[in-house]
Amino acid sequence: MAGAVSVRGLVKEFGDRRVLDEVDLDIRPGEFVALLGRSGSGKSTLLRILAGLDAEVRGTVEVPGTVSVAFQQPRLLPWRRVWRNVSLGLRGAGKQKAAGRAVAEKALAEVRLTDHVDAWPLTLSGGEAQRVSLARALVREPDVLLLDEPFGALDALTRLAMHHLVDQLWRDHRPAVLLVTHDVDEALLLADRILVLDEGRIVAEHRVGLSRPRRRAAFAELRTRVLADLGVDDVEAA
Amino acid sequence: MLPPDKLASPVTVLGSAVELTADGQLGSAFLVSMGRVLGGFAIGALVGVALGLSSGLSRWGERIFDPPVQMLRTLPHLGLIPLFILWFGIGEEPKLALVAAGVAFPLYLNLHAGIRQTDPGLLEASRVLGYTAVERVVHVVLPSALPQTLVGLRISLGAAWLSLIVAEQVNADAGIGYLINNAREFLRTDVVVVGLLVYALLGLATDGLVRGLERRLLRWQVR
Repeated sequence: MAGAVSVRGLVKEFGDRRVLDEVDLDIRPGEFVALLGRSGSGKSTLLRILAGLDAEVRGTVEVPGTVSVAFQQPRLLPWRRVWRNVSLGLRGAGKQKAAGRAVAEKALAEVRLTDHVDAWPLTLSGGEAQRVSLARALVREPDVLLLDEPFGALDALTRLAMHHLVDQLWRDHRPAVLLVTHDVDEALLLADRILVLDEGRIVAEHRVGLSRPRRRAAFAELRTRVLADLGVDDVEAA
Repeated sequence: MLPPDKLASPVTVLGSAVELTADGQLGSAFLVSMGRVLGGFAIGALVGVALGLSSGLSRWGERIFDPPVQMLRTLPHLGLIPLFILWFGIGEEPKLALVAAGVAFPLYLNLHAGIRQTDPGLLEASRVLGYTAVERVVHVVLPSALPQTLVGLRISLGAAWLSLIVAEQVNADAGIGYLINNAREFLRTDVVVVGLLVYALLGLATDGLVRGLERRLLRWQVR
């Protein structure tokens, strides 16, 4: 089976600083991969390269098919109503514009925002706006979904709800997902496979062989090991 | 209380207003002045928007147009009257030119600044969605620049009226300024006041127009 994402020997330098150092990465179709790392480990840079936002690199990067991105900030156009922002996702994905509103409404129902179809983005809460951003990413029916710390700016309670939502959406649509995050629990809850990036290299890989939906108690031992890879002592386990 | 040759009483002013309206003097003066403002505004807006777009959207445009415009804008444009009279004579042209100069600078500055304030995150998101460069300008950059541009529009309309009043004081054979100057010769303070009131009302009306436009176009902003 052909991979959804295939990266070989990827090198990215900003001046003298090598941000990504010979990175190899494969994501199978429908696979959920989490990329963990501290700030400055190069994880967001890797995601931007996969999104096609940075082409000045060495190595080969193959991301065939439709790609969608959800960023840490929702990045909605404030002068377009919510449903228009969602239907904007159809552009460039080879979809018909006429069916825009119907498709957008369906996607908004999936993220449970039926009441806000005609709202202006600036009237939404952070969690609502992020759900619109997810809906915009999903209407493209992406083969690859790139999530750049999409829950990082949300409060803890909203984040929990978003985890369940993303888990549900992924099971319904089955895109290949790369979730960039520094939240170990988030990675353990959602991903099939966890990669740890440090100083531009992938230094560890863990398979999460747990059934979904997952309970936190089930991954306590794995959590300790992943935290160790990140250079953090898990005091709860001691 | 005041002698009528200093300032006419409100009643006299009202009477003259009615009289001037009835015999058509005020109406024709109004049309002439309005025409000057509209004509000058159209020229100034065309120049201001064309330059603002060129220097806002392209680095080359900015290098070519921005330094001279920034230099010229420090000149008080009303001081250009003597030059404009030498260049364009004393007909309609210097009046149009003065209004256009008043309009072009605030529009240019605000449009340019508005374009430069575009959120890079939105541009990036639209790139990921497959927008072409032209689509990014139409759907992201220009709407981002709109609030600032409307501020520029308000300032430039204010400048348009101010420029007109000054231009019509210098020399005019028609229009509200002519009406006022003529009235001065005959010590008709009532007519002078009527003219001033018309200027004020026109300024208010155009400002209200732009505010209405803002309410309509910027409905998406949370107030």
